[in-house]
Amino acid sequence: MVMANVKDLVVGGRIVQAGNSEKFFTGDWRSFVPVVDQDKCIDCYTCWIYCPDNAVVFRDDKMSGFKLTHCKGCGICAKVCPKNAITMKEE
Amino acid sequence: MVQDIAINGDNAVALAWRQIDPDVCAAYPITPQTIIVEKFAEYVANGEVSTEFVCVESEHSALTLCTASESAGARTFTATASQGLAYMWEMLPITAAMRTPLVMAVANRTVSGPININNDHGDAMSARDCGWVMLFSENVQQAYDNSIIAPRIAEHPDVQLPIMVNLDGFILTHAIERMSMVDTNDIKKFVGEFRPLYPLLDVKHPVSHGNMDGPDFYYPHKYQSVMAMQKALEVAEEVFKEFGELTGRRYNLVDEYMCDDAEYVAIVLGSSFGTMKATVNKLRAEGMKVGCAMPHLYRPWPEAALAKIMKGKKAVVVFDKHLSIGAYGPLFPEVVTAAADLDTLPKMYNVIYGLGGADATVAGFKKTMEEVAEGKAPKITYLGVRA
Repeated sequence: MVMANVKDLVVGGRIVQAGNSEKFFTGDWRSFVPVVDQDKCIDCYTCWIYCPDNAVVFRDDKMSGFKLTHCKGCGICAKVCPKNAITMKEE
Repeated sequence: MVQDIAINGDNAVALAWRQIDPDVCAAYPITPQTIIVEKFAEYVANGEVSTEFVCVESEHSALTLCTASESAGARTFTATASQGLAYMWEMLPITAAMRTPLVMAVANRTVSGPININNDHGDAMSARDCGWVMLFSENVQQAYDNSIIAPRIAEHPDVQLPIMVNLDGFILTHAIERMSMVDTNDIKKFVGEFRPLYPLLDVKHPVSHGNMDGPDFYYPHKYQSVMAMQKALEVAEEVFKEFGELTGRRYNLVDEYMCDDAEYVAIVLGSSFGTMKATVNKLRAEGMKVGCAMPHLYRPWPEAALAKIMKGKKAVVVFDKHLSIGAYGPLFPEVVTAAADLDTLPKMYNVIYGLGGADATVAGFKKTMEEVAEGKAPKITYLGVRA
């Protein structure tokens, strides 16, 4: 671990750039990875709504997988999927 | 027009607040602070200030609200004492780490138990490691003056730390003294407008306050507070000077009395500084070369100024109105540390006095100083205790 340089920090740890959590890769916390069965998936967006890290990717209204740089493997998507299309696999 | 009035310490703080007219005040009553917020609530009710006064259900809520309101961009004041400050404890380091420069008056009262409502510095000293700037007051005038000085130090762009204005419970909060008021327009000009850094309510520039830090950011942010505290030392000196030019009352990082040619120096905090000055007068009349000093600013710790005062002295006697049981009073090790840089170390003594409102008298102080001069004093004295 290298500590942040104090000179680069905003007073009191305030975040002044909206949306910079994109730069914080929570994917390396993961021990379980979600795997989607596209045959069962109905592209209902339920997993996308529930994902706490915006790690479910949709393209043209089609569920196309997970952004593994940010998925921390919490398993909420698998739990909420109405079709049981997502399973958590140990990495 | 500047005038002299008769007023107690709590009302003097409330008066300073009325003249400053902060945006928000949230507080919960606790003796001996109650009069401050009671009086200030009266000013709010009478429309004498434009402050939003929020009645909260506890001190924990009071400080949480004040921290949030200061983050939002409002100049915010509060007051507490003793158990109230203890109840705020969880929020104290958060307020400091969030760099919200709010002002809090602390009417110093001991912390239970045994249950006791009288004065000592147990409350403030138990909160001293929370990252707040701390001012102490010798008398009612200083409680008032410190209340005016406080926002200037706290809100300085390079400081941005919360500040405690300490005044001794009952001895200052409830005693009526003669005090010189400062003109309200002068105060408004001196304190100036509050310019918050990245306030939450600046909706055009969205920001997030109070974020979580991993180890790579936590320590650097703590160091950022170290830098702010170092800056506060310079800023306090500038503000004291400017306040002196405005009012003729000049404060220093360490206020001193007859220290120049003294062989023995007593270090003391708060209202006992006056008692110690009277003691010095008596001892001087008897030919003993004594002086005394009080850190007017306690956090950041004015180490260099203290070292200068202690240079070449035979002995330094540190009077503490609190005790870390099993060790020493909180002032003592810090004074010793300040002296450690001197070529020759004076003999260092600690005196624990006045706990839970026990008498702090000229006679007691005088006897202790005489024992030090005679070489009879132990390293630590529990003044007045019979055991």
